[in-house]
Amino acid sequence: MDVLVCLKRVPLAGGTLILTPDSRDIETKHLGFGISPHEENAVEAGVQLVEQMGGTLTLLTLGPSDAEEQLRSQLAIGATRAVLIETDGQEWDPQGTAAALVDAINAEETKFDLIIFGAESADSAGYQIHIRVAHALNRPIVTNVKSMKIENSIVNCERVVANGREHYEAPLPAIITVRDGLNIPRYPSVPGRMQARKKTVDMKKAEPRVPKLEKVTLALAPSKDKGAEILGKGADAVPALVEVLKQIGAF
Amino acid sequence: MSKLPATAKCVVIGAGIVGNGMVYHLAKLGWKDIVQIDKGPLPNPGGSTGHASNFIFPVDHSKEMTAITAESMRQYKEWGTFTETGGIEVARTPERMQELARRITSAKSWGIEGGRILTPAEVKELVPYIDETIILGGYYQPTVGVVDSLRTGTLMREHAAASGAAQSFANIEVLDITVENGRVTGVVTDQGTIAADYVVIATGCWSPKLAAMAGAYIPLTPAVHQMKDIGPVPFFKDTKGDIEWPIVRDMDVFMYERQHGTGLEIGSYAHRPILYTPDDIPSNATAALSPTEFAFTQADFDIQDEHAYELMPSIVGDESVREKYACNGILSYTPDGMPILGETPEVKGLWSVAAVWIKEGPGTSKSVAEWMVLGDSEIDLHASNIARFHEHHKEEKHIKSRVAESFNKTYGIVHPLEQYESNRKVRLSPYYEREAALGAVFYETAGWERPFWYESNKDLVAKFGDKVMPRTAEWESRWWSPIINAEHLQMRETAGIVDLTAFAYFDITGPSALAVVQKAALRQMDVAIGRVVYTPVLGPNGGFKSDLTIMRLDTDHFRVVTGGAHGMADKKWFADLLPADGSAKIKDITSDYTTLGVWGPNARAIVQAVTSEDMSHESFKFSTCREMDINGVKVLASRISYVGDLGWEFYVPMADGPALWDALWEAGKSHGLIAVGIGVYGTTGRLEKCYRAYGPELETEYTVVEAGMQSPKLKEADFIGKEAHVKHRAEKPVAMLCTLYVDNHTSSTGEKRYMMGNEPVLTLDKQPITDAHGRRSYVTSAGSAPSLGKHILMSYLPTELAVAGNKFIVEYLGEHYPCSIAEVGPTSVFDPSNERILA
Repeated sequence: MDVLVCLKRVPLAGGTLILTPDSRDIETKHLGFGISPHEENAVEAGVQLVEQMGGTLTLLTLGPSDAEEQLRSQLAIGATRAVLIETDGQEWDPQGTAAALVDAINAEETKFDLIIFGAESADSAGYQIHIRVAHALNRPIVTNVKSMKIENSIVNCERVVANGREHYEAPLPAIITVRDGLNIPRYPSVPGRMQARKKTVDMKKAEPRVPKLEKVTLALAPSKDKGAEILGKGADAVPALVEVLKQIGAF
Repeated sequence: MSKLPATAKCVVIGAGIVGNGMVYHLAKLGWKDIVQIDKGPLPNPGGSTGHASNFIFPVDHSKEMTAITAESMRQYKEWGTFTETGGIEVARTPERMQELARRITSAKSWGIEGGRILTPAEVKELVPYIDETIILGGYYQPTVGVVDSLRTGTLMREHAAASGAAQSFANIEVLDITVENGRVTGVVTDQGTIAADYVVIATGCWSPKLAAMAGAYIPLTPAVHQMKDIGPVPFFKDTKGDIEWPIVRDMDVFMYERQHGTGLEIGSYAHRPILYTPDDIPSNATAALSPTEFAFTQADFDIQDEHAYELMPSIVGDESVREKYACNGILSYTPDGMPILGETPEVKGLWSVAAVWIKEGPGTSKSVAEWMVLGDSEIDLHASNIARFHEHHKEEKHIKSRVAESFNKTYGIVHPLEQYESNRKVRLSPYYEREAALGAVFYETAGWERPFWYESNKDLVAKFGDKVMPRTAEWESRWWSPIINAEHLQMRETAGIVDLTAFAYFDITGPSALAVVQKAALRQMDVAIGRVVYTPVLGPNGGFKSDLTIMRLDTDHFRVVTGGAHGMADKKWFADLLPADGSAKIKDITSDYTTLGVWGPNARAIVQAVTSEDMSHESFKFSTCREMDINGVKVLASRISYVGDLGWEFYVPMADGPALWDALWEAGKSHGLIAVGIGVYGTTGRLEKCYRAYGPELETEYTVVEAGMQSPKLKEADFIGKEAHVKHRAEKPVAMLCTLYVDNHTSSTGEKRYMMGNEPVLTLDKQPITDAHGRRSYVTSAGSAPSLGKHILMSYLPTELAVAGNKFIVEYLGEHYPCSIAEVGPTSVFDPSNERILA
């Protein structure tokens, strides 16, 4: 079983976002970077598959050279090796990104049985890359998977929809996108970190492409934060607290 | 929440451990109408206090730091927020084992009890999860503990509020600090303006930004300290409290490991220096975690992972133990490693309490509050005084380069004489090229490059042979050369020329000039024009604030000459005494003037050869100064001596320096003149004469009488500290400053060892000595006395023990050496009747 997980280096925003002066990007000078939460589920799924069935787990990303940091972190969790398609740091449009990923996948000796994406990237959430890659590779794709099992070269997937659950079966090689709830991603251990340093990250230069999609501007959503409401102090607060708990359906 | 007041006596900006401590201690000392504000929420406004590791090791090689830490621990215990866990510093190398022995000597000198050296097996017994095979031993300090700094701060703040003396306001951003006529007038915030007589900046890594609002400088930089929390650790599954196991410091790899609940916290000072500016720190709203918890950068921690694994493989190497949390925590670092405390020299009423770590917070707050309210602190804070900085120290380049260099020395083995390598050659004396040509080995003082000795004098080492007291042990040979002692002996035979450009000078002029210097000086300053007076400067409690020389150049013109290291603090001390009516002025001429000293039996002949002035003893008396001509250069000559030989200091404008040097050098050729470095001036020459130095011997904690420096007659005019000094004169001193000789230098391995200062002086049965005021006896200064063939120690000893000939033990790097009192009081061991100086 050879698995590929595609990742994206994204800023880890915790507080209020600020934009760069030209309003075309998120200001990241105060922010750390990680991968999208759904991609953590994807890597965890890949690690578990390899633990259960043997084989390899490869990571693939397109991004700046600094994205090696994110790849190493996921290698520390148990991935086998990684490939970094290095850009000049500019955000690529989905078409270009997908084409570069496809080229890289085709250039690999390993023909991956399963390619896993996160359902959405934490920053742009374009929902396009995985579909474009699947189309280009002519593979079946199941998106928004919350439960997954592989048997007899078939991936059985369950996804949650508004009024219930949908069940899909796709023959391998296939592509899936996963989301939270699929598993509980593990954090690295120190020995994992140490092993990760010795693992291979293949660096490739991205072929420059003329973007077909231009990001014109970003605007911040109006703040929904109304601030905290103080219900009262000590025992006096109990009736109001009970009311709130009723309202939110706590009991 | 109530409305922000429009006025206050004092606004304290910051609600971390320091700001809360300031509010509490100012209120406790009787101040009312204190307003505390912070940009962040309470109780954790998002500064460094909020992410601190919170453990305290009580011992530091700095006496000041150790005293502040001890006082802080006392307060944490009082608040019930201290948990004693014990702590072990482990050594992987023989060099570190020696350093641990040195730390134990510092502990004994500063009165910290209970420390001992452990074998690896003993370390293992206390910390079973350590791999004892990779260590050589450890230093166990049972009084190490962990504090709850947030809780302590909250208690202090609430206590001050309950007393009615203080109010605290969260989420208030300071936009400006207003100043009028050099005095702070208030604080402008996003929620109104507060007029205030005093403003305290207790904002940690944001301090430089706040100070800049008022046109002041707090030269520190935010720097990253990385830490990683792993767990849950199976071994800790049954631990009940936050902390049960001893803190471990893995000194050789600059790391620590501490159990924290069921986790293990791994911290490091080993990574590359990662420095920021206050503007890089995000607001509470935009920060991903807290403003001072930056995203962890794993690549900087890779080696530290391996080192932690080596020391604690059963925990760190366990694949099931996972990273719970990691951050690049922001701390404040200063270019010389000490905190930044006191009233800013730029703005009256604006106080800095910055670069203070958890272990120092409550003690520092108490001391600075005493300083603000009472005029002086009980613990001597001179090494932390904000006024110590020269202009070049305030530059970003200096701050960043020095912190980058010293960051990895946080747990390093730092030799007492160790020199910085970065940002050197900032200030060069006019003789620099001449000195470099003579092979000068330059040390730095206040940015100046000063020759410590000259390699060109190395032939003198052979000439004097064993009299140079050669050293074989690496530690005390480091940053030392036998050439120093050879220069000393040659100066005593012929003469030496000494570059003293690093002095600080300032002129005090005007109708009130005499009143100003009288107020500062212990000694009589109403002297004849042309007199030179060496005088202690006392604080209100009668302890030492400085010692310096004042020349009366005219009726209304005094020139203060003082050491470069402490010069700017002295300048502020005098500037603060200037009357408001402008009837006296101070002018800093440090960068305009340079000084050369010439001393030795041949000094008179040399100087007489280049001047028409009568240099005879009768004409040019000791302790006098006059303007004269040397080979066409107008100089101010002053007949004084810090090295114990006949001679003069010559003060000239910088531009005239080279001509002066050349004239003296040329004339000296036929009189055996050599260039002599600061090694002689600062140590060997000084110690043979038992001259006291500010810092080592002279500090707030000791009195003039104890230092043996009281004059027979008390000055009639008022001066700062007079009341206390009069009291001290009437009492029997509790301790006396003594000069001791080391009687046997041979260590257990047969090598001769030479103490460097700060070692404990013990009784013959190796017990620490404490005087009636609870002060430990320790070596204040140590060094060679080459003319006597002795190694000299100075130490304050309890008066009942201060008897010439009394025998003691000095502990040095874990071994004991006999020593005995050569002289009690100020009489010098070399040339006690000063015949050489008065020749």
